[in-house]
Amino acid sequence: MSPFGLRLASPHTFFRRNGARPRPRVAPAVPNPSHPLAEAEALHMSLGPREVLHGVDVAVRPGEILALVGPNGAGKSTLLGALAADLAPTRGTVRIHGRPATEWTAPELALRRAVLPQSATLAFPFTVEEVVRMGRAPHASSPAEDDLAVVQAMSATEVTPFARRPFSALSGGERARVALARLLAQQAPLLLLDEPTAALDLRHQELVLRLCRERARQGDGVVVVLHDLGLAAAYAHRVAMLCAGRVEAEGPPTEVFTEARLSEVYDQPVEVVRHPRTDALLITPKRNL
Amino acid sequence: MTVLEKTVDETSPPAVEGRRRGSAWLLTVFLAAALPALVPVAASLGAYPVPVGDVLGSVLHHLGLGGRELDRVAESVLWNVRFPRIVLALLVGASLGCAGALMQGVFGNPLAEPGVIGVSSGAAVGAVGAIAFGLDFLGTWTVSAFAFASGLATVLLVYAMSRSGGRTEVVTLILTGIAVNAFAGALIGLFLFFADTAAVNQITFWQLGSLSQATWPKVLAVLPCAAIGLTVAPLYARRLDLLSLGERPARHLGVEVERLRIALILVIALLTAAAVSVSGIIGFVGLVVPHLLRMAAGPGHRFLIPASALLGALVLLAADLTARTIAAPAELPLGVLTALLGSPFFFWLLRRTRRRQGGWA
Repeated sequence: MSPFGLRLASPHTFFRRNGARPRPRVAPAVPNPSHPLAEAEALHMSLGPREVLHGVDVAVRPGEILALVGPNGAGKSTLLGALAADLAPTRGTVRIHGRPATEWTAPELALRRAVLPQSATLAFPFTVEEVVRMGRAPHASSPAEDDLAVVQAMSATEVTPFARRPFSALSGGERARVALARLLAQQAPLLLLDEPTAALDLRHQELVLRLCRERARQGDGVVVVLHDLGLAAAYAHRVAMLCAGRVEAEGPPTEVFTEARLSEVYDQPVEVVRHPRTDALLITPKRNL
Repeated sequence: MTVLEKTVDETSPPAVEGRRRGSAWLLTVFLAAALPALVPVAASLGAYPVPVGDVLGSVLHHLGLGGRELDRVAESVLWNVRFPRIVLALLVGASLGCAGALMQGVFGNPLAEPGVIGVSSGAAVGAVGAIAFGLDFLGTWTVSAFAFASGLATVLLVYAMSRSGGRTEVVTLILTGIAVNAFAGALIGLFLFFADTAAVNQITFWQLGSLSQATWPKVLAVLPCAAIGLTVAPLYARRLDLLSLGERPARHLGVEVERLRIALILVIALLTAAAVSVSGIIGFVGLVVPHLLRMAAGPGHRFLIPASALLGALVLLAADLTARTIAAPAELPLGVLTALLGSPFFFWLLRRTRRRQGGWA
């Protein structure tokens, strides 16, 4: 407050008010815990002339992490794209929050699912903090709520120390974490992550999956494409193993990750052993060095 | 482990945003203040100098706020020659600057320029055709109307041709723009071939870019397009910020990308065609202005769009003042001046972008 009792608009609020922010007029998404957040039914997908998915059924429910695993070219990213409503199915249906994906508008979808792409790019040198704030775009929330969500997301992904740096000046791993922070700030009840750990070091791989667990514990659904089977076994509630456009196996990691199945799907002899202390699944290729 | 419960005690980012917005805010105020300061100076200088005090007095007199009337010659110079020219410079400059900022945002490419997708040369085709064939059924507005119509048709054509499968690829769009530019150049050459000597002279001068033919009717002809474009443009600022993440991430954040593109391309066409129709092709304002502002106060479009309009107006007013006083009584074509200053900047930008990306892929 100024001494004269007038509240002068700070530059901050001035630009926000003049920004003509497009506030979507849609109700916030409240997921029904018994219904899947996203499901694919007899899904067929084509990229150009090639059919990539041949009748896939998967579903992710509130409170669980579903890991999509499988060899290169199995159709993991395509399936994720279909669940994100990026790609239209050639046959079959994709439902998001119980409604066919094609019936939602973009602003409605933005409140219901957040997507982490495989690589994060940016055309102009926005700062890290500005990029994370973009995640708040779908929400008609107050500036204070936005600030809180942004600060929490940046702190959770450990990007706060370089909040002021331009995104273009960051390393690959730092960019990946900033993109994840933007996703967390979006606060959608369904998270779709395409290889979120690919560019990350050991510590930050664990951090990302712990964050996923945390969100699942709060009732959100997470679908994550992973190449590291150990991570999938440790953190996912269920695993869908894709091979050549079909779901080869689906269920808890301990049931899906058997030596015989992994060796066949990956065309590479694999050993599955139990950790002597934690009893967790350890999966390594058979090596004779 | 509860990562999310780590509390909010680390460096507070809103302060960062405040600082950056603060400089954006200061710059906007400075630009808005520089305009009214430059206008009386521009009105006073020229082949028939009028002291700045007299300029202000005459303006106050016309507004009925005191001041005093000047002698007939000075009044005529100010109100029939200088003021329409100044207003036109402001409108054209604001349109070009704003169109540049929008175009770079839509293409996600800081090298995009209103001339790139062919609006400028498309508009030029209509104007040259009207001059070459001596059309005048719309009176003094014929050239402007033709330029606008053909500019708009060109940008719609480019857009329709560069779409496939409901999407527009940036590379395709720009390559199509190059092809359209070449075709437009051929058409202009053809019109020149058929035109008589007087028309050829007029066309050549128009193509160089100039505001020397400024009159109040021309101002009125530009005003609606420029006003609509400049009013609508800031509404898209936030969505343009999101678009810089890429098309898909923007869609994930709720932006209807295709609709946004169409709307923005129409606004760009409106602004550029309006500017080109009265003043010929004035290059590089749309490239340089948003760039300088982005370097000074960051890439946020809520600041960039209005500030580009302001700085564009300022730059063009200053350039026009220079063009008509530096070699007085002769007049340098404005387009030549902006290209002389703008092209080296474009070279520098190319080299810098190339170095940053480690070469063109």
